[in-house]
Amino acid sequence: MFKKILIANRGEIAVRVIRACHEMGIAAVAVYSDVDRASLHVRKADEAYPIGAAAATESYLNIAKILDVAARSGADAIHPGYGFLSENAKFARACADAGVKFIGPTAAAMDAMGSKTRARQAMERAGVPFVPGTSRGLDSYEQAEQVAERIGYPVMLKAAAGGGGKGMRLVHKPQDLQSALEGARSEAERSFGDSEVYIEKAIVNPRHIEMQVLADEHGNTVYLGERECSIQRRHQKVVEEAPSPIVDVEMRRRMGEVAVRVAQAAGYTNAGTVEFLVDQEKNFYFLEMNTRLQVEHPVTELITGLDLVHLQIRIAAGEKLPFEQGEVSIRGHAIECRIYAEDPDNNYFPSPGKITLLLAPSGPGIRRDSGMYEGWTVPMDYDPLLAKLIGYGTDREQAISRLTRALNEYFVGGIKTNISLFRRILRNADFRAGKLDTGFLDRMLKQHADQRPGGIDSITVEVAVIAAGMFAVLDPATASSNGSGATKAKPASNWKAAGHREGLR
Amino acid sequence: MTYEVAIDGKTYRLELNRVENQWTCLLDGHAIEVDAVLARPEVLSLRIGNHAYEVKREKVGNDWHVWVGSARFAAEVRDPRSLRGRTRVADDKGPRKLTAPMPGKIVRVLATQGATVEAGAGVVVVEAMKMQNEIKSPKKGTIQKILVSEGAAVNAGDVLAIVE
Repeated sequence: MFKKILIANRGEIAVRVIRACHEMGIAAVAVYSDVDRASLHVRKADEAYPIGAAAATESYLNIAKILDVAARSGADAIHPGYGFLSENAKFARACADAGVKFIGPTAAAMDAMGSKTRARQAMERAGVPFVPGTSRGLDSYEQAEQVAERIGYPVMLKAAAGGGGKGMRLVHKPQDLQSALEGARSEAERSFGDSEVYIEKAIVNPRHIEMQVLADEHGNTVYLGERECSIQRRHQKVVEEAPSPIVDVEMRRRMGEVAVRVAQAAGYTNAGTVEFLVDQEKNFYFLEMNTRLQVEHPVTELITGLDLVHLQIRIAAGEKLPFEQGEVSIRGHAIECRIYAEDPDNNYFPSPGKITLLLAPSGPGIRRDSGMYEGWTVPMDYDPLLAKLIGYGTDREQAISRLTRALNEYFVGGIKTNISLFRRILRNADFRAGKLDTGFLDRMLKQHADQRPGGIDSITVEVAVIAAGMFAVLDPATASSNGSGATKAKPASNWKAAGHREGLR
Repeated sequence: MTYEVAIDGKTYRLELNRVENQWTCLLDGHAIEVDAVLARPEVLSLRIGNHAYEVKREKVGNDWHVWVGSARFAAEVRDPRSLRGRTRVADDKGPRKLTAPMPGKIVRVLATQGATVEAGAGVVVVEAMKMQNEIKSPKKGTIQKILVSEGAAVNAGDVLAIVE
C-alpha cells in the first residue's frame, strides 16, 4: 500500500480524498495556489506545498510543478480528483515516467475515450448501443445531408473533441443544416483546436443516466449501479440520485453489462463512469465514458455501502477487487445537491466572497462533503462548487424528506448560494413523481418563481420584525465586524448606530 | 427601547424592554410575549408565546437581511430618538452616492432631482426577490442626480443617485 498520496486538486474533492487517505493510514499531501492558502484542503492535509498563481494553468494544471512536489514530498501516488488534470492522458503518462502511481486509468485508456469518435469506433465493435449517426467526423456538407436524411430529423451536431455543450448544434430542419454545421465546426475549432464534427439523431427529452464501473488491474470489472443525472443546467449536473426512478433490476443488469463491455474494450482500470442517454421508451444509448471519479460518486457509495476512493486507492496499489459482481447489492435511495456559490436572483452567476455565517445540517441520512468553512473567502478563480449535500433514505420519498429537512437547516451567510433552488426542485410535482429529463430544470425555472409557497404569513413577518429589533439589542457588536467592505467614509448603518448607542447606555 | 423596523416596505413600531430575563414587547401597540437568546453571533433563538424560531442575520451590501426559515427580509432598524439628535460631521461633507445593495429592479423613484432631502429619507425603491428595499439618503442635502428610472434593472453596487 502507498505511504503518501499527493492530491492534485482543491475544494471539497481534495478534502474527500484526504479523508480517505487518513482512514487508510496514508499521509496526504496538498498542493495549493496563491489564493488557496487558507482553503480547507490545506488545513486538513499532512503536508502542503504552494504551486503558484491563482490561474489554474500556473498551478493545478501545471504538470511539472505537481510532479516536482511529488518528488520533493516523496509521494508514491497522485490522486487527481475530478476536473483539472484528472482526464489528462499526458499527465497520467508523466506520472508513470516519474515513477509515481496515477490513481486512475492508464493514459492509453484515457486516449481511447478522449475522442468521442474514436471511442465510438471501439465501442461499436464491442456491440455497445449508440444513438444512430456517424461514428467518424463528417467530411462534407453533402455527407451530413445524406446521414441526416437517413436517420431523420431532428439531428444533433457534436464536436468530436467536445464537452460541456461546446460545438453542439440541434438541427430541426434540412435548411438549417448547413449554417449549423459551419457554426459547430468553427466553435469546435475555437474551443478545442479541432474542428471535427459528427452527427447523431437528436433524442427528444432524454434522460441522462450513468453507470459506475470499477476495474482492477487483474482483469476484473464490475458495475455498481446507475445514477440519474437528468437535472442539468447549461449541460452541468445540478441534482443526481441513485438508483434512477425508472431503472429496474433487469434494465440495470443490461446497462451494467454494456458499461462493463465499454470499460473492457478500452482496457480500462480503476473507477470510471459510462454515460447513457435514455429515451422515452427506456432505450439507452452510449454517450461517453468519464475516466475519473465523478462529483456525484457519493450517491453510489450510499446505496452500495462501498467507499469508491478507498477502492480506487486499493486498485491503484495493485490489489484485486475485494468482491464480485454478484456481491454488489443496492439498498435504499440517495440524492445529491451541488451547493454552489451562485446568485439565484442574478441568473445563477458566481457569487464569491466571505462566508460570514455557516450553519451546517447533520442528523440521520445526511452526508455533507464540503470544502468551505465560516470565515473563509470563496475565491473567484475556480468552479464555485462549495459542498455537496446528500440525503439517504430507505426509499426515494424518505431521501427527499431528509434532504428537504437538511436544506432547511443549511445556512450560508455572506455569499449567495443556490440552496433555495433545491427546495424548489425537491417540492416540484414532476420531480416527486420521478418524471425527469434533461429539459426539466429549464422548464421549472421558466415557471413563475414560487419563492414563497403560499405567500408570507403575517406571523413570519412579525417574527422577522421582532428578531430585527432583538438583534439590534443583543448582537450589536457584530454589526460592524463583518461588513462587506464598509469603510471609513461610509455611514454606520442605522442599525449599528442604534445598537452601539445602546451598548454605551 | 423603541425602534422603527422597516421590513418589506412597511414600518413597524417595536418597543422592547428587558425586565430581568424576560422581555416585554409591544409591536405596533400589541403586547407580545417574547423570549430571546442569542445562540451565537448572527443567530437568534426566539420564543414567541410557545413557538420557537431560529432566526439568522446577514449583511448584504449595506443592508441587513433577516431569515426566518427560508423567508428572507431586508430589515432596517432605526432609533427614532437618535435620528433627531444625530450629528454626522464626517458624513455630511461632499456628494454621496446611493448604491444598489443587490441586483434588482427599480420599482419607484421617490425623490426628484434638485429636491431637498432629510437624512434617512427614501430616495429610490429597489425590488429583488419580491422584496422592496428603500434606499435612503445618508445625509441631509440636495439630490444632485437621479441615475435610474422606474423599471430599470440594476446590479449590486450600481450608483442610483447622488446627494450633494
